[in-house]
Amino acid sequence: MSRAFLALLLRDLRLAARLGGGGGMAVFFFLVVIAIVPLGVGPDRPLLASLAPGMLWVALLLAALLTLDRLFQADYEDGSLDLLSTGPLPLELVAVAKALAHWIVTGLPLVVSAPLLGVLLNLPSAAALPLTLAMLIGTPALSFLGSVGAALTVGIRRGGLLASLLVLPFYIPVLIFGVGAAAAASGGFEGEAGRQAFLLLGAVTLASFAVGPLAAAAALRANLR
Amino acid sequence: MAGMSSLSAAQRFHAYANPARFMALSSRLVAPLGMLSALVIAAGLWFALVASPPDYQQGETVRIMYVHVPSAWLAMFGYSVMAVASAVALIFRHPLADVAAKSAAPIGAAFTFLALVTGSLWGRPMWGTWWEWGDARLVSMLILLFLYLGYMALWATIEEPVRAARAAAVLALVGSINLPVIRYSVDWWNTLHQPASVFRMDGPTIASSMLLPLGLMALGFTVLFVTLLLVRMRAEIMRRRVRNLRLARAASGAGA
Amino acid sequence: MTTSDLRLSARDLACERGGRLVFESLEFDVAAGEALVLTGPNGSGKSSLLRQIAGLLEIGRGQIELTGGDPERALGEQAHYLGHLDALKPSMSVLETIRFWALYLGGSAAAAQAALDDMALGDLADLPVAYLSAGQRRRLALARLAAVPRPLWLLDEPTVALDQASVGRLRAFMAAHLAGGGIIVAATHLDLGLGTAKSLRLGAEEMA
Repeated sequence: MSRAFLALLLRDLRLAARLGGGGGMAVFFFLVVIAIVPLGVGPDRPLLASLAPGMLWVALLLAALLTLDRLFQADYEDGSLDLLSTGPLPLELVAVAKALAHWIVTGLPLVVSAPLLGVLLNLPSAAALPLTLAMLIGTPALSFLGSVGAALTVGIRRGGLLASLLVLPFYIPVLIFGVGAAAAASGGFEGEAGRQAFLLLGAVTLASFAVGPLAAAAALRANLR
Repeated sequence: MAGMSSLSAAQRFHAYANPARFMALSSRLVAPLGMLSALVIAAGLWFALVASPPDYQQGETVRIMYVHVPSAWLAMFGYSVMAVASAVALIFRHPLADVAAKSAAPIGAAFTFLALVTGSLWGRPMWGTWWEWGDARLVSMLILLFLYLGYMALWATIEEPVRAARAAAVLALVGSINLPVIRYSVDWWNTLHQPASVFRMDGPTIASSMLLPLGLMALGFTVLFVTLLLVRMRAEIMRRRVRNLRLARAASGAGA
Repeated sequence: MTTSDLRLSARDLACERGGRLVFESLEFDVAAGEALVLTGPNGSGKSSLLRQIAGLLEIGRGQIELTGGDPERALGEQAHYLGHLDALKPSMSVLETIRFWALYLGGSAAAAQAALDDMALGDLADLPVAYLSAGQRRRLALARLAAVPRPLWLLDEPTVALDQASVGRLRAFMAAHLAGGGIIVAATHLDLGLGTAKSLRLGAEEMA
């Protein structure tokens, strides 16, 4: 069973590397959105610095959403999903493998690029590390919660847009605790609030590990049958 | 040989369009061009880093300019090459033109990136920050990078080469029309926000001692661009040959 | 596969799709070494029945049972399902594809290579699937059945896109599976040349 899990994970990583779409495109989108902010609000440096953590989180959420529609859709369209569900791996673990691959391919590159893009928004250097850490803790939740939306809309034409609308409300806790953690750790709040925000963010991610695959598998079953 | 001179201009044009002739000609050109660019850049760097005085205002930091300014030129030049090649590909259906356009994009993007990095390095001591939105040139350079990346993403996404070439050519041409508008809008935005006493990267005048290294570096970078373009075009042509051979192999294996 | 007491049976089976009753009170019994060929017009529910057996479609009423198989595993996990779609990724090579499915479905990498040779795809192992013709893709999909031993084969129009030689190879392949004590349920318009096959005609009353 663990062999099947590993095989599926490696296949998804390999496919992502071959197509060059997914992760690279998400980082590109992230970059463009961040670069557009100053053109909209003006180049005032203190203003940009105060906006930076929130804008980086919002842009990261949007970039992660953008890649969700391919999570199950490609496998559904070519019939692979049928066969994946006749394997020894429960559909819940199929969802885990695919969400994990999604995080490695899109979440991780987004996290790594965030502090670099922070330069464009004059992100205070003291805030760069806590922000990156908060994103590292929070982004797996984006993939695992996102897999629910992707599974719900599998087989629906133009399901990508619908998946975004369904999932965005689920992302709100990640956004709130993520920005809170970054702001607190860079001296915005008292120490206690920062610790609390990090713990809450971790809790949201752990909860998404538990709930995401179960809900995604249930949604896939409903859509397949 | 007598027949050669009677070829019309258009025929000669298409004779060079033949990939086989291009491959033969370019294989002889790559090595000498590569050496020439190395020599010129080495000479340029010597003048830029050793044999020219520091700037009275910017100090030693001015030496970054000798890499930054030619890179920015090449960034624009690369886009022009791409746009012209795309136009030729669309109008004349020239077999090498879309290969040239596709090959120029990553090189142009690399020079754009180099211009951004050197601009950022220059800005650190000058502005006290790695990035300054008050400099309209750097901002335009960033947007140019987006155009390059979008163009490359389009090529990477469409699998069938003929369709990808057509779509990418349209994008490059629309981009070349849009580029001056983007540039103007950024300049306008920039003056609107009146950046307070920001050092401009262009500076009021160029001292004559700067002209020689700057010219040498620009020449060296241009030759380097041409060399890399030839190398990439050869690689692209070979990639298509491999693709065709594999398609043929799959077809021949159909009955087996 | 020495499961000689293997038996696939359906009792009072019904299928409903989109509010329409596709078929009802369907019954059949297939024993080890037997094939069941489903015939009937389009829309009579051949594909739906195969998907029901594979566990990919809800069973409205009645039941499907596989006795004598592995009691630990669901019916779908003991079956190979070959649908209309080949479940192939254009950017993966032929060998990578069959290796992945062999590992995923519980076979071995060595069996994967042998399965390619069975389907006469050994020469194309390093080519990306994108370069294959429709018939070659179908053969690659069929190679899955050879790579991982499973007692029950559910085949939906297995001969689509195959040329004469490949259909011959498929016949021999299916005969070997039956000789080894397997069961085949196939929906097809073409005579599969399985002499002893039972036949089940779906949707006959609608035709009348």
